[in-house]
Amino acid sequence: MSASAQTQMRNLQGNHACALAAVAAGCRFYAGYPITPSSEIAERMAGELPQVGGVFIQMEDEIASIGAVLGASIGGVKAMTATSGPGFSLKQENLGYAMGAEIPCVVIDVMRGGPSTGMPTRPSQGDVMQARWGSHGDTVVIALVPDSVAEIYSQTIRAFNLSEQLRVPVVVLIDEIIGHLVETVAVPAPESLTLIDRKWADSPVDTFKPYAINGDDVPPMPRPGAGYRTHTTGLTHGEDGFPTQDPVLVAPMMDRILGKLERHRDLVDCFEAIDCEDAEILVVAYGITARAARRAVRRAREQGLRAGLFRPVTLWPFPEQALRSAAASAKTVLVPEMNAGQLCWEVERVCAGTPIARLNRVDGEVITPQQIEQQIMDLAAHE
Amino acid sequence: MSSAEHSDFEIRDYLRTDLFPHFMCPGCGHGIALRALLWALHELDISMDKLALVSGIGCSGRTAAYVDTNTMHVTHGRPLAFATGLKLARPDLEVVVITGDGDCLAIGGNHLIHACRRNLDLTCVMLNNEVYGMTGGQVSPTTSNDRFTTTTPLGNHEPVFDACELAAAAGASLVGREITLQTPSLKDLFRAALSHRGFSFVEVISDCTEIFGRKNDLGNSTEMILKQKSAIRPESYGNVVDQPFRPGNWSTGILARNERPEYGANYREHIVAKLAVAVKGRR
Ligand SMILES: Cc1ncc(C[n+]2csc(CCOP(=O)(O)OP(=O)(O)O)c2C)c(N)n1
Ligand code: SF4
Ligand SMILES: [Mg+2]
Repeated sequence: MSASAQTQMRNLQGNHACALAAVAAGCRFYAGYPITPSSEIAERMAGELPQVGGVFIQMEDEIASIGAVLGASIGGVKAMTATSGPGFSLKQENLGYAMGAEIPCVVIDVMRGGPSTGMPTRPSQGDVMQARWGSHGDTVVIALVPDSVAEIYSQTIRAFNLSEQLRVPVVVLIDEIIGHLVETVAVPAPESLTLIDRKWADSPVDTFKPYAINGDDVPPMPRPGAGYRTHTTGLTHGEDGFPTQDPVLVAPMMDRILGKLERHRDLVDCFEAIDCEDAEILVVAYGITARAARRAVRRAREQGLRAGLFRPVTLWPFPEQALRSAAASAKTVLVPEMNAGQLCWEVERVCAGTPIARLNRVDGEVITPQQIEQQIMDLAAHE
Repeated sequence: MSSAEHSDFEIRDYLRTDLFPHFMCPGCGHGIALRALLWALHELDISMDKLALVSGIGCSGRTAAYVDTNTMHVTHGRPLAFATGLKLARPDLEVVVITGDGDCLAIGGNHLIHACRRNLDLTCVMLNNEVYGMTGGQVSPTTSNDRFTTTTPLGNHEPVFDACELAAAAGASLVGREITLQTPSLKDLFRAALSHRGFSFVEVISDCTEIFGRKNDLGNSTEMILKQKSAIRPESYGNVVDQPFRPGNWSTGILARNERPEYGANYREHIVAKLAVAVKGRR
């Protein structure tokens, strides 16, 4: 094997790993607006993309950035933008456009404390609900939450694959701490990666329907210049792509678009379940908080407590079935998160009937293993 | 081909006639502007397969859907942002933006000035009807003083934007304005804009007969358009010299033109040059 065909061990900062993974995934267009704690992604992309024939552009704001990303993607190029809370808010309308018009794109949100300008340099997990519900109307989006630099790398590649395959925006929620953490990553050889490109339309031009509903959930995309001359719009459209408000046409189109992810759970779901089989106290945690939880659960087990950890890697759509089975023996579910309590509501819905305990922090500090361990102990003592 | 020459242009060849009847009001100036644009594209022999029309939200933005080409109807105010990404990703496409006075100068104003500054090879067509037509006739950044709109029931008191001065000041390398009555001149202006390498901005003085015209008693569309004719200072008559004498009037024609490096080509050349130096340095 030649040297380039081998896995390389590299020390990488999380944000840099994200940029390198994007390039490895085939991203050739980046548009962004600087914001702490995400800026290293833009800076790295500005250096990397020109070397592979891609384009980097710093736009006038985050709305323009996602707009340019969608324009590039409509043109057929894999495209990404990165931001943090305030910028993520600004992107929401155009993210909705990507959902409705089914334009693949990857949006990285390196989370910081909020609301508003909040705590620019402090960690937070305050955007998990915004990632799901941030744009108006009924929405469809995938959100991934890596818990290490290595997972930032693998999940960023996966984000591009899912986005291309399902024609849906994919948000990667990165904790500020992991974004700025330097860890060793086994960077796979480019040849070893599985990369997925969207399906391109290749059927006859005159009968082509860009949004055909024909059993295959994800219609192929017409490449501009290939002769299809189709219409792309944020208005509700029929199979021909043209605007309509006819309920007879709107209902099946909305069903297809909104149900797309549910029908592809096999591709979308991703989670980790540790010691869940007999767990009486189940911790549900994601991102950096899951790392603390992993340690806390191990320590609790060492002390003879039946604790387990369920960690969603795909946060949205939420891995309901998986959590339900992981929580089968749970007497209490503990949800530690670095916000005032967001995912706990989803967990409460999925684990209806099981008491939910919360552990929250909104002071810009991380939740420690000790805090979680202590709460597991307290919960066990009260059973 | 000059405008005086006969043209075999047939607008129906370029339209998605199966979408008819279209939704524009009778007499709306936006249709005339679209006709002139298609006429220019015809004369320049630009392939409809290679054209991309990116439009914003408004009656102006809705016109693009009727053209049988690659059409992208995006979010309000953002067509220039989408077009920037599309053109950078696909320099082989001819990318034209159709926008309105509200879409381009109010919600999209920031994107306009930065598109002008960058000088990417886009053609931006702003259909200025002095009003928010689509939403029922509210005031816009170009509504003339004392005009009535649904949000200026006592007449408009706000200062008015001169879009062409704004675009030129921000760096657009071709700027022009025309009224719809002079369709051949408008077509020629579009030809100049489409042929120009860099960011070109064309303001079309359009008319919203149904809403703005009615509200202000401006008569039918013919009357509105004729009034526009007496309210312009054509470039060919020396619109700059004329300015002191007809201060409230619109100068028309090509108002600014300069050769500046085109953003996309410049990006690619700059990068090739820098990478070459970097490789040399590494040896
Ligand atoms: C974010 C957002 N805000 C407001 C609107 C409502 N809206 C639709 S068109 C429009 C104004 C259009 O005016 P203009 O650009 O002048 O186009 P015209 O209809 O006059 O051609 C507005 C405010 C919207 N669609 N999206
Ligand atoms: S409302 Fe005004 S701008 Fe819109 S189509 Fe009618 S006349 Fe034209
Ligand atoms: Mg208008």
